[in-house]
Amino acid sequence: MKELRHLMTPLDFSVEELERLFDQAGEIERHLPDFAHMCDGRILATCFYEPSTRTRLSFETAMLRLGGKIIGFADASSSSASKGESVSDTIRVISCFADICAMRHPKEGAAMVAAGRSEIPVINAGDGGHEHPTQTLTDLLTIRSLYGKLSDFTIGLCGDLKFGRTVHSLIHALIRYQGVKFIFISPPELRVPDYITELLAEKGISYEEVIRLDDCLPDLDLLYMTRVQRERFFNEEDYVRLKDFYILDKDKLSRAKQDMHILHPLPRVNEIAVDVDDDPRAAYFPQVQYGLFVRMALIMTLLDMTDDHMNHGLLRW
Amino acid sequence: MLNVGKIEEGFVLDHIQAGKSLSIYHQLGLDKLDNTVAIIKNARSGKSGKKDILKVECDIDTLNLDVLAFIDHNITVNVIRDGEIIEKRHLVLPEEIRNIIHCHNPRCITSIEQGLPHIFYLADENKEIYRCRYCDEKYRGRDGEL
Repeated sequence: MKELRHLMTPLDFSVEELERLFDQAGEIERHLPDFAHMCDGRILATCFYEPSTRTRLSFETAMLRLGGKIIGFADASSSSASKGESVSDTIRVISCFADICAMRHPKEGAAMVAAGRSEIPVINAGDGGHEHPTQTLTDLLTIRSLYGKLSDFTIGLCGDLKFGRTVHSLIHALIRYQGVKFIFISPPELRVPDYITELLAEKGISYEEVIRLDDCLPDLDLLYMTRVQRERFFNEEDYVRLKDFYILDKDKLSRAKQDMHILHPLPRVNEIAVDVDDDPRAAYFPQVQYGLFVRMALIMTLLDMTDDHMNHGLLRW
Repeated sequence: MLNVGKIEEGFVLDHIQAGKSLSIYHQLGLDKLDNTVAIIKNARSGKSGKKDILKVECDIDTLNLDVLAFIDHNITVNVIRDGEIIEKRHLVLPEEIRNIIHCHNPRCITSIEQGLPHIFYLADENKEIYRCRYCDEKYRGRDGEL
C-alpha cells in the first residue's frame, strides 16, 4: 500500500514531482473532456473554516470536472467547530465520508494537524497567514505555461511584500530553479522580510529592492502584483504619497517589455487599472484557469490515479 | 574568594552565561529534586570574565540534555564520580524538541487545539533558531523563557 500523501507547503513536492504535476495539468488543459470521469465515485470534502469563495469554488470545480462529487462546509459556523470540535476529530469523521479533503482554517498549522490524524489525503487550502500551497502551484504553472519554463527570468514582485504570504511562498518555490532574478518593489514599510533576503544572499541568488515600479518595469519578464493595503501603513500621509507607485496602468505598462506577463493572486482592488485587462500581457484571469487545472492534477496525484489511467491509455504523456 | 566544596557523585554545569544559572535551575526541574545543588553566580572566568556554575549531586541521567542544549549549547557538562571528572559532555543542538517550550503565536493551531505536542525543529544551527512545526514561528533558546 502506498504511503498517504498530503500537501502542506509547495516544498512538499520535489522539483521533479512538480514537473510531473504540471505536465499532468498541461494534459488536462489540452484534453479536458478526457478527464471527465477520472474521479467517478470519488468524493472531495471542502472543509472551509473561513470563507474563501474563489479557492473553494476552484477546488469544487476541479473535482466536479473530474467526475467526482463534493461535500463540505463554507464557514466554521456551519460546522461542528462551532460546537467546539477539534480539527483532529473533524478530520477523523471526514475520513469516514470522503476520499480527499481540502481544508482552509484561520489558524496556522491546522491542515498539518489534520494531515497527522487523517486517513485520506489532506490539501492545505490556506492556514491563516502561513501557507497557501495551491496558490503557489497555480503561480508556478502559470509562469511555466506562459513563459515556457521556470528558469532564467527576471520577476518583479510588487506591493505588500512583508505580509503577503503568496509572495513568500512563491519566492521559496522559485529559488529551487536556475537563473531566477528577483526585483522586490515595495514601500520601505512593506519590504520583503530579512529572513528571505538573507536566504537569497546565502544561496547566491540575485535580487534588488526598489521603491517605484517605474524604476524596474523595462527589465521584467514577469510582474507579480499584490495589493497594498491602507491599514498596513504607519500613517495616512505615507499611504497617500506612495500608493500610486504601486498602481499599474496603461501608461506605466507602455514602458514594459512587449512579452512581459502580469500575474496577480486576486482579488484585485485598484492596483491594476481595468484598462490593463485587455492588454495581452495581463495573465491574471488565465492564472485562475491554471489554478483549476493544477488542482485537478493535484487531486488526481494525491488519489494516486495517474498511474492507473496511464495503464489504461487514457493519459497522453 | 568563596569556596564551594567538591561533589562526589553527580554533574557540574560549567560556563553558564553569567546570571542565567537560576533560570536554568528551574528550567531543568532541579528545584524539584531533594539532592544537593550549589548555584554559583558570577564566578571568575578566563574566557568570558564571569560565568555561572551549577553543581548537582544526582545521576546524570536525570538531566535532560536536549533542554540544556536548547537553552545554551555552550554549557559544558562535567560528569563526576568519586570526586573526579570522568567525562566532559559537549552539547549539540537537538534537531527537534518536544513539549519543552510552547508556541506563543496566538494564530498558531496549538493555541486552540487540545492535546497537541508542541514540536519545534532546528531551522538554523548557526543562529540557533528553532521554528514551530505548525506555524514556523521563530524561537531561540537563549532568548526565550521555557
